[in-house]
Amino acid sequence: MLSYGITEFAAYVPMQALQRASIFDAVGWAQGGLKAYARGTRSYAAWDEDAITMAVAACRNLASDSTNLAAQAQFCFASTTAPFLDRQNATVIATALNLPQTVHSYDVAGGQRAALAPLMTACRHAAGDLLLAAADKRPCKPASVMEMLSGDGAVALRLGAGECLVELVDCEAVHADMVDHYRTAATGADYIFEDRWVRDEGVGKLVPQAVLPLLERNGLKGGDLSHFILATPNTSHARALVKALGLHKDALADPLFDAIGHTGAAHPLMMLVHILETKAEPGQWIMVTGFGQGVDAVLLRVGDKLAAYKARRSLGQQTADIQAETNYLKYLSAAGGIELDWGMRAERDNRTAQTVAYNKSQDLYGFVGGQCRDCGTAQYPKSRRCVNPNCGALDTQEPYHFSNKTGKVKSFTEDWLAFTRSPPHLYGNISFEGGGNIFMEMAGFAPGELEIGSDVEMQFRIKDIDTQRGFHRYFWKAIPKRRD
Amino acid sequence: MADGIKDKVAIIGMGCSKFGERWDARPEDLVTEAFEEAIADAGIEKDQIEAGWFGVFFDEQNVGKSAYPLSQYLRLPNIPVTRVENLCATGTEALRGAVYAVAAGACDIALAMGTEKLKDTGFSGLPERTKGTFEDLYQPGFTAPGAFAQLGAAYAAKHQLDMSELKRAMAHISWKSHENGAINPKAHLQSRLTIEQILDAPTIAYPLGVFDCCGVSDGAACAIVARPEIAKSLVGDNYVTVKAMQLAPSNGVEMGHQSWDGASTITTRRASQRAYAEAGISDPRKDISMTEVHDCFSITELVLMEDLWLSDDGRAVHDILDGRFDASGDIPCQIDGGLKCFGHPIGASGLRMTYEIYLQLLGRAADRQLKSPKFGLAHNLGGIPNRNVAAVSIFGMND
Repeated sequence: MLSYGITEFAAYVPMQALQRASIFDAVGWAQGGLKAYARGTRSYAAWDEDAITMAVAACRNLASDSTNLAAQAQFCFASTTAPFLDRQNATVIATALNLPQTVHSYDVAGGQRAALAPLMTACRHAAGDLLLAAADKRPCKPASVMEMLSGDGAVALRLGAGECLVELVDCEAVHADMVDHYRTAATGADYIFEDRWVRDEGVGKLVPQAVLPLLERNGLKGGDLSHFILATPNTSHARALVKALGLHKDALADPLFDAIGHTGAAHPLMMLVHILETKAEPGQWIMVTGFGQGVDAVLLRVGDKLAAYKARRSLGQQTADIQAETNYLKYLSAAGGIELDWGMRAERDNRTAQTVAYNKSQDLYGFVGGQCRDCGTAQYPKSRRCVNPNCGALDTQEPYHFSNKTGKVKSFTEDWLAFTRSPPHLYGNISFEGGGNIFMEMAGFAPGELEIGSDVEMQFRIKDIDTQRGFHRYFWKAIPKRRD
Repeated sequence: MADGIKDKVAIIGMGCSKFGERWDARPEDLVTEAFEEAIADAGIEKDQIEAGWFGVFFDEQNVGKSAYPLSQYLRLPNIPVTRVENLCATGTEALRGAVYAVAAGACDIALAMGTEKLKDTGFSGLPERTKGTFEDLYQPGFTAPGAFAQLGAAYAAKHQLDMSELKRAMAHISWKSHENGAINPKAHLQSRLTIEQILDAPTIAYPLGVFDCCGVSDGAACAIVARPEIAKSLVGDNYVTVKAMQLAPSNGVEMGHQSWDGASTITTRRASQRAYAEAGISDPRKDISMTEVHDCFSITELVLMEDLWLSDDGRAVHDILDGRFDASGDIPCQIDGGLKCFGHPIGASGLRMTYEIYLQLLGRAADRQLKSPKFGLAHNLGGIPNRNVAAVSIFGMND
């Protein structure tokens, strides 16, 4: 069946998640009502992860390498927590992914429907190749309900025409300026309104306005849907729709509350990835909705090829590998909710030479080094003369990608003196498979876990934060090589 | 082929300030302290000095760039002064400049001064510094202990040592330097420690504990060098000469090529081979009587014993524990306390090492005097194992 739809999908959730009981233990004295949520874990990004780095990680979890994206494809990054208000975030991701430079990159933001917008557009126009990444790292006030309900994570979809895994059949939208919550630069975190009002006046009335006409236009009834996705932070909202839409109760998609939490604008697609990985069968109908100042609804049909698809790293595997954290302050520090005294070493000026960062953006963000044509030695950074002491040839280096290489730890330390927001600071020499040695930072290892010979892979992370100028820059770090 | 520097230049006077947390002193005071000792030692007038080399590493730390701090502190009569910097080899670079100038016949008497004032940052350890506009964007935000700690894990893995075994040898190194420093009145740290105290110290950067790290100190040291004929006329028949001065900087192999094992310093091996050849030493284990090496961290000294060819590869742990480098051993190392206890004002350190060898060769080392030393070796390792500058100098008496 030739159609337009999803050709690849993947998710990224950080390695660690906070036990919600730990939140309650820390702040229950102030907000006793939070006990109702104090079960399971909520994922959270490390201090050096944000919506950009998580989006890169999600795209890198797709089955195929994004560098093979068509030259005229689009790349869209959807987030309500993109780190830069005016500097295109999508381009940072596109550079890290080494996408062809002619790929049209753009950001979408503005609300919880952000990630469905490009999907709706693609559905309506059966647009060409599209890579869509959605991510959120939602700022939450300590002891807020959103702190309990939220999680950090990212999703990536690849769409195109041809043999799709899932067909984009049709879509419908309504808009209505119901302020169930909002966030501005001034509030910093979400300001939320009464939940029952949102459920009854919002979800209960607006979702049917989009979904029912969409079903009718396609000759379907609610009962024909095998999977229905509504991604609001409160997991009880979807249940309110069973009757109104005539859904089977077991069609309601898992909100992923137990291990991850609500990943903001990424969450409708996070739930979709979960359905596609675990439950979807050929021929089934799926309805994905996004709720926020209205509703976006996209009708999907599962194709025959789904079972054959395997992301590089599945959401299920990542969820199974999550390490549960019980230290609330550790989470709070990573989330930026508390500023510990990191000492005078933290005051070092981190102004970025943008001239150099731009000139070397492929080296730094794309993690592209050089490989000598004469002797084959891989090296980083790319240099005029080959580093091989038996070669030293001039201007013989071709671009060489390190981001997809694994390596082994040749030397390391756990440095308690150096400034990092997650002591100890880990760094050392990495020997890469296929050649190359890089002295670099590491992440994701617990104290005592690193060893000579430890297997590592590369992940795009925040390198340094320039607190004086509100800027931060990215580079790659060696993280524990994970199971596929 | 050039015949090298051997015996072409004599050291006619040396001085060294008290090292330590010199809250009482500005760089001017430290430099003056070292200089007044040296000029009195040489028995010359200031105006006889024809050129100066001035070593300072952290120019941000209130000494400043260029020639004029030295010229101004000493009120030199507008003679040429060259400011040099080569990481922790800075002091030796100042000396090398002065020695080469005299050997070249450009001047008869020259001054080499090195100083550093590190204790004005408000925190312990070395001052923070940037690595430039590009490298800061990708190189790790390392500290000196963290960068040198890499040697520990890599060395243990290479030689299949249990870390506790390696740590015991490292502790012996620090213990020995504290024993030596305790009887040196100019040393920064003059306390003794037990092996247990060293092993039980808090970790700074695995596997280094706080007592595996050298002192961060303020200080200055200097040398006055001259042509041998002049030395003879000034100080008589017995004087110290320079036998070899060699330098080997990294060329990027350690940073970027897999051939480096991470458990040794390539540069020290190169520089010391050349220095032994320049000094005409074929068996360093027999002829080198003492060493002052770059013991910024205990693990560095351990690795250097092999890199300087004084221990066989993989045998340093045993040689150290056997006491070969103790004050009473075959080749005492850091008889003055070393960087560990004498202290490490970066720009001064190479000259401080030379100062101790000079005193030992002349029999003026008081309580720590070694029995008839023949050749003394000074070694600096500027930078970090991943990228550094190694300097190896050898001194002895005139033949």
